[in-house]
Amino acid sequence: MTQEEIDQLQEMALRVREHIIRLSTDGGCFTGASLSCADLIVYLYNRFLNVGPHNFDAPDRDYLFLSKGHDVPALYGTFVELGWLAAERLGNHLKTNDFIYWHPNRAIPGIEFHSGSLGHLPSVAVGVALDCKLRGLDNRVVVITGDGELDEGTVWEALQVAAAKKLDNLLFIVDRNHFQANIRTEELIPLEPLAPKFEAFGGRVRRVDGHDFAALEAGLRALSDGGGSGKPAVLIADTIRGRGLPSIQERADRWFCNFSHEEVAALLDELHGARQAEIASEALIVR
Amino acid sequence: MKNYEQTLLELAQADERIIVMTAENRAAIRNLPNLLPGRFIDTGITEQTMVGAAAGLALRGRIPVLHALATFLTLRAFEFVRTDVGIGGLPVKLVGGVPGFLSDGNGPTHQAIEDVALMRGIPGFHVFCPADEEDLVLALPQIINSPNPTYIRHNALKTVAGYEHEPFEIGKAEVRRTSESATRPDDVAILVYGMLLAQAWDAKARLEAEGLSVRLVNVRMPKPIDVAAVLGAARESSLLVTLEDHFLTGGLFSIVSEVLTRHGETADVLPIALEEHWFKPALLPDVLRHEGFTGEQIAARILERLPIRVS
Repeated sequence: MTQEEIDQLQEMALRVREHIIRLSTDGGCFTGASLSCADLIVYLYNRFLNVGPHNFDAPDRDYLFLSKGHDVPALYGTFVELGWLAAERLGNHLKTNDFIYWHPNRAIPGIEFHSGSLGHLPSVAVGVALDCKLRGLDNRVVVITGDGELDEGTVWEALQVAAAKKLDNLLFIVDRNHFQANIRTEELIPLEPLAPKFEAFGGRVRRVDGHDFAALEAGLRALSDGGGSGKPAVLIADTIRGRGLPSIQERADRWFCNFSHEEVAALLDELHGARQAEIASEALIVR
Repeated sequence: MKNYEQTLLELAQADERIIVMTAENRAAIRNLPNLLPGRFIDTGITEQTMVGAAAGLALRGRIPVLHALATFLTLRAFEFVRTDVGIGGLPVKLVGGVPGFLSDGNGPTHQAIEDVALMRGIPGFHVFCPADEEDLVLALPQIINSPNPTYIRHNALKTVAGYEHEPFEIGKAEVRRTSESATRPDDVAILVYGMLLAQAWDAKARLEAEGLSVRLVNVRMPKPIDVAAVLGAARESSLLVTLEDHFLTGGLFSIVSEVLTRHGETADVLPIALEEHWFKPALLPDVLRHEGFTGEQIAARILERLPIRVS
């Protein structure tokens, strides 16, 4: 990947973060988790997945399932930047005249399936990957899970079935931002050592910095080399919740955010390195 | 008559969309792994993952037909059924093994006696409770080709002697009367689904021997319910009986009550169901006797309840 290509991805990721911040008001959204996976999603749609409006109906296209559905603002923002979703529609967030709300749904072209209840889409992705194998196709099926989501037993159940059925066309990506809702994963239900767990369940595993496009590319390329191995692939992407906004970054109380319009303006400035935002909006604490 | 497995095999051989799945419960489909290479998928003891994977297969245009014990399929995997299949509006077919009294000696862990209530509560879902294997086989092509997700209460019993099924139609009940041409109301109308049709058929003969006219309604599908058959039974009988191997809550008694209320009808109703208890585990004939569901016991309960006849 050239520096120019990396710069282009970074520019798009910055614009996606702007969309996420603008969605974090008038009802708000899950800002922190959306920011942690923004780079990942931008990378996947630009450099990895063969999917788009040109081939949504094609049986051999790639799939991305967003299992940790509360980070859907990153998906909406990416779809706007790719030209799949009209930018004005983000103004319909949480309005009854559209289908843009806190979790994904299939009414938005490009979104493969609804999610919101954690631990579901690994198994849905297993079904899609099974069908692709059955038809002799070599398209890729990607499912992004959160790390808190790994508490759900069905993630591991699905992985075990994927390994048994030799679904090497299936790629699990963990957005490893080290947070559950309002508690650090390692303080509540520790996940580490995580890579050996996935290996023990039959996966081929790589662990990379989820904000480094070159590292993402190298990790995914290494996993792609294992196609034909019969093993599902797992990419653990180490990320930072709230990435790009020091004022909320890695703060346990900034999970779901509903900022004032003034705070949104300040956060956009902060994103661009102009000034540190001061946030007084009430935090949503669910623990 | 072809059995369920042969019928499913023929349908699958003629339609490559059909995928037969199981969570390691092959009782009804033992011969299919070798006969449907690639399209027989056993996910192991993973009801949730099986249902989620079925949703994924359906997204790809397949019609997955899932097999597991009814209690685990409807309870363990309920949220996957509701959220992935139900919200997705996907044509997944769930075949629940040994539902209701058919789990005989297993004990309460295996008693699917809230399954109809659960499955009918999901928008778009159909619920089919065949009286016997012939009833199941008659319905299978239409059920599988329907766009609706459907829960099937599997039943491999033989048809009760003397009963002949009509062709199947989604949402239609089968009705038998003492006299098909009678113009005066029946003394009793028994509404039943599933295996208890045999006991209801026996009860009908016993009541007729007492000089009563009886209407027997094999509901077949608790959802969509045959509203005309329910209203007809209510309007044209002195006593309406609902009979089911299911909790009283949410099953046929509830469904009939809902239909009557919605249509402003009143009726004298005798519900025969499991009220606030799991049934005594034993072999099926003993379960029926212990719980009061033999034909003789059902007839006696009805006679006890009927208004005194003035002839």
